[in-house]
Amino acid sequence: MELPILTLVTFSPLVGMVVVLLLRGESERGIKGTATVFSGISLVFATLLLAIFDRSVPGFQFVERAQWIPPINVWYYLGVDGLSITMIFLTALLSFVAVIASYGIKDRMKQYFALFLLLQTAMTGVFVALDFFLFYVFWEAMLVPMYFLIGIWGGPNREYAAIKFFLYTLLGSVAMLLAILAMYFSTTPHTFDIVELARTHPFAPRFQMIVFLALFLGFAIKVPVFPFHTWLPDAHVEAPTAISVILAGVLLKMGIYGILRISYPILPDAARDFAFPLAILAAINIIYGALVAMAQSDLKKLVAYSSVSHMGYCLLGMSAMTATGMNGTVLQMFGHGIITGSLFLLVGVIYDRAHHRDIDRFGGLAIQLPIFTGIMSLAAFASLGLPGLAGFVGEFMCFVGAFPVFKTIVIISAIGIVITAGYLLWMLQRMFLGKPQEQYAAFPDMSARELVSLVPLQILTVAIGVYPWPIIDFMDTTIESLSYFLRGGLS
Amino acid sequence: MELTTLAFLIPLLPFAAFVITIFFGRRLPAERGLAAVPAIAAAAGSTLISFFLLLKVLHGAVVEVSHPWFKVSEYLFTVGVSVDPLAALMLIVVSVVGLLVEIYSVGYMHGDSRFSRYFAYISLFVFSMYGLVLANTFFLLFIFWELVGLCSYLLIGFWFEKKSAADAGKKAFITTRIGDFGFLIGVLLLASAGGTFQFSELFGMAQAGHFSSSFLTIATICLLAGAVGKSAQFPLHVWLPDAMEGPTPISALIHAATMVAAGVYMVARCFPLFSASAEASMTVATIGGITALFAATIACTQFDIKRVLAYSTLSQLGYMMLALGCGGYVAGMFHLMTHAFFKALLFLGAGSVIHAVHEQDIREMGGLGGKMKVTSTTFLIACLAIAGIPPLSGFWSKDEILVAVKESHNLGLYAIAVGGALLTAFYMFRLYFLVFCGKEKGEAHESPYVMALPLVVLGVLSVCSGWVGLPWLEHNVAGFLSGGEAHGHHGPDYTVMGMSILVAGAGIFLAYATYIRGWIVRDAFSRRLGPLYSLLYNKYYVDEIYLSLIVRPLVSLTRALFAFDLAVIDGAVNGSARLTVIWSRAKKWVDIYIVDGAVNGVAFLTELAGSVARRTQSGYVQQYALMIVLGLATIVILKLLL
Repeated sequence: MELPILTLVTFSPLVGMVVVLLLRGESERGIKGTATVFSGISLVFATLLLAIFDRSVPGFQFVERAQWIPPINVWYYLGVDGLSITMIFLTALLSFVAVIASYGIKDRMKQYFALFLLLQTAMTGVFVALDFFLFYVFWEAMLVPMYFLIGIWGGPNREYAAIKFFLYTLLGSVAMLLAILAMYFSTTPHTFDIVELARTHPFAPRFQMIVFLALFLGFAIKVPVFPFHTWLPDAHVEAPTAISVILAGVLLKMGIYGILRISYPILPDAARDFAFPLAILAAINIIYGALVAMAQSDLKKLVAYSSVSHMGYCLLGMSAMTATGMNGTVLQMFGHGIITGSLFLLVGVIYDRAHHRDIDRFGGLAIQLPIFTGIMSLAAFASLGLPGLAGFVGEFMCFVGAFPVFKTIVIISAIGIVITAGYLLWMLQRMFLGKPQEQYAAFPDMSARELVSLVPLQILTVAIGVYPWPIIDFMDTTIESLSYFLRGGLS
Repeated sequence: MELTTLAFLIPLLPFAAFVITIFFGRRLPAERGLAAVPAIAAAAGSTLISFFLLLKVLHGAVVEVSHPWFKVSEYLFTVGVSVDPLAALMLIVVSVVGLLVEIYSVGYMHGDSRFSRYFAYISLFVFSMYGLVLANTFFLLFIFWELVGLCSYLLIGFWFEKKSAADAGKKAFITTRIGDFGFLIGVLLLASAGGTFQFSELFGMAQAGHFSSSFLTIATICLLAGAVGKSAQFPLHVWLPDAMEGPTPISALIHAATMVAAGVYMVARCFPLFSASAEASMTVATIGGITALFAATIACTQFDIKRVLAYSTLSQLGYMMLALGCGGYVAGMFHLMTHAFFKALLFLGAGSVIHAVHEQDIREMGGLGGKMKVTSTTFLIACLAIAGIPPLSGFWSKDEILVAVKESHNLGLYAIAVGGALLTAFYMFRLYFLVFCGKEKGEAHESPYVMALPLVVLGVLSVCSGWVGLPWLEHNVAGFLSGGEAHGHHGPDYTVMGMSILVAGAGIFLAYATYIRGWIVRDAFSRRLGPLYSLLYNKYYVDEIYLSLIVRPLVSLTRALFAFDLAVIDGAVNGSARLTVIWSRAKKWVDIYIVDGAVNGVAFLTELAGSVARRTQSGYVQQYALMIVLGLATIVILKLLL
């Protein structure tokens, strides 16, 4: 029998959770060790998956399929293709990094790591599930641990943020559930099979429109698309560092992933009809997010709003449905995951020392914390799309891919590169340049643990920036066939 | 070794130096000068290779190669180099100036706490510039274009403890990024129309008439925006004068060979596209002309030695653009080369002066000529060269520009060019006389030999480098750049030459009359034409205008949008939450008093009925017997009645 690698990637954190809960007492080393090991196992399998994945096949690989609830035709159905493989790896990588970044957690450690591992399983599950029912289960299963992780271990305003996040996303999920049920009942025989629905895409245009909008509400809240973005700054700011990393690095990607995985192939006519509004929303996200980011004085909020702006590039790239644009979207998602993940980790590093995040109260840190400054600058420049770093290629390809279809919108969106440079450089100046301040003189530079969680991400940032081909190679075949399918309908 | 491999080595050597110095620079032996060794060795290596390639290209070698890098559906991205005459010439400029600046910096930066960091950045800077020069696709060009911007940011803001330096670095990056926005759009236009980023293919399509002329006009004007930012042309020139906050050798590098040269180089590189559109060419020429005159007028009124030089750079870059716009491809690039040498010399000379007197205000200087022989002599050479005195280099290249402008038959631009030449001679000699002549003020000493040597080499180049363009030569730089054709090659134009000498002489004389002889009172101008003078002295208030018309409104806009985000969008979210709560409270009331009330009401009624009925259940047998009798009687009576 073949190795059920997707099950292993997905559920090893869950096993870890059980082990953590079964551990006797509150042994710090035991809990952290278990969490690291099981999250690590998932990462190892995800890496193995990269190695054995066949890049020339556009369809699904490592498919696992078993009947789960026969009366309503629900299957345990997993598979991976070029679209999801990068996201699975990103999830495993950032989760592992987040576990290491969580070593500082002191309060109710056992519950924290147990919930975190549950979260990891749910997130991975979203990217591997090919059955709507299963997909929805994973999607909802994410909310619960996330709610507690923000609500218990978060900042001063955590309860408000957690409830807001929960209710907001739940609203989207309900719309999504209705859409899934609508599709289920209008197929004969009734099916939750995503692959099958994508292959036959059997729905009438009017029906597609309605279902598309319902699904879009669910996905748009996750992305988040303007004007559904206000949960994000609160959740990001209040969440503990590691959870902010996960929120920005993984959760935001699910909205885009959902559209690419579900809305586009199953509802192609509606997708084409909504391409233009989507592009407009993308431009609003880019410009509005960047402008609001510029107004922030809280470093974490600045990074949060920069995410709104950066996810706009993803939307822009996919709106045109060209292969170049959609490749750009996925690359930008990956790049944003590691860059913004780094930025949140870095915010945590400085917050642990200064116990505040007010940009204006810093200054001259470049002299006191040279390594921290170096890594922060690298991440900031990657975020503003400097060539040679991970943010650039994705962003550029989003522009190139969308340009032939939406010229004006791309031109407007490109103003974003100036504003982004503006707020990030301004932030760097206020925090790191200028005269060093005495109250920060005693701060130690980055610790070994902090470096362990950050350096790999920086190496990836440079590596992808210089040589993005390995990532593109994973997804190009899949995306090209999706683009061909979507655009084939145009002619 | 193959020529293409060598060409790749040119940028890779400084890159290796960057990697070594940034990671291990601090560990290099305590004698700090050693930290500069990798950088200088790499620069020397690149210089040698550049000269070797120039020789090969002179003999007709074609160095062009592309390796696949990555592919995204319809676009293939390649890594390649191309060394044509234009690139070969530019390589010489970058490598020579780069090497000399690095050597000079060993002396200038001696004792700086971030000495090794400085050499790491400068290596990265040179690497990026080589990459830009060698790029054979728009994609690569854009990448290095941005990296050059990054390096200027890092180096202009090198002494970031000073707020002014940090501000200047940020300003440089953001201002040029505004131009890059246009450049990006231009690249997108061309790539989506041509389906490729490759220069050779796109230029071929343009020449074959594949693009409409109006399309080319739009695309090239977008590209021009990038050049306007990088080469600090009006109206994006504001970053360059502030860029003098960086260490002076960096100013030399930025002003001569790297950052600002990139814009002119790009326009020259895309010359096949620009020349295909008359409107685009005209735009280039106009912007160049405006900048040339505009900056020259400002330069006449400044008192900071580096600021004067900065505005002279703006003006000279304007000349190059003017030439390119008038079809003077050779003239523009020729002037770029000669200017690189004498402007690097001027800045390094200024650095030497600042190093000696720790002062940048020329009013506080004077009589340095006696104490700083090498500096003053080489500075004089550079001044003569930029003023356009034969047989120094600047004369020949400026002459080419004037000829090109004259041949374009645009009288206005020609007048600007000649007027600018007069001002150039004037402000340069104003500077020279104030700094090196007159009464000595304070102590000074000549700089160490590591700093003096580059000055001498650049002095020689400032004299001789123009001779490759002598109009009497059969095989001069014009023939080389235009690929051996007679294109652009014309005999000497003695009217222009005469005019040029006359104007330069007049400018020098005016400066001499004012600052040495005192025939003209120094502040005559500022007193008689006060408002005009303060307009120039304040640089036409462009910075102030941008601050109040763009920067402040933008900051207010961001605040307003954030407030909107909180009040309206989040307000709607919180509002709907609050409404839900109110709604649920209302429902609770309904529940308690109406729904539950009904239930309780029924219960109450039942209870009431029960309590009434209970009275009948008294437990007395007589009462029950009475009830039975009454009941029976009722039945009987009813039966009888019905």
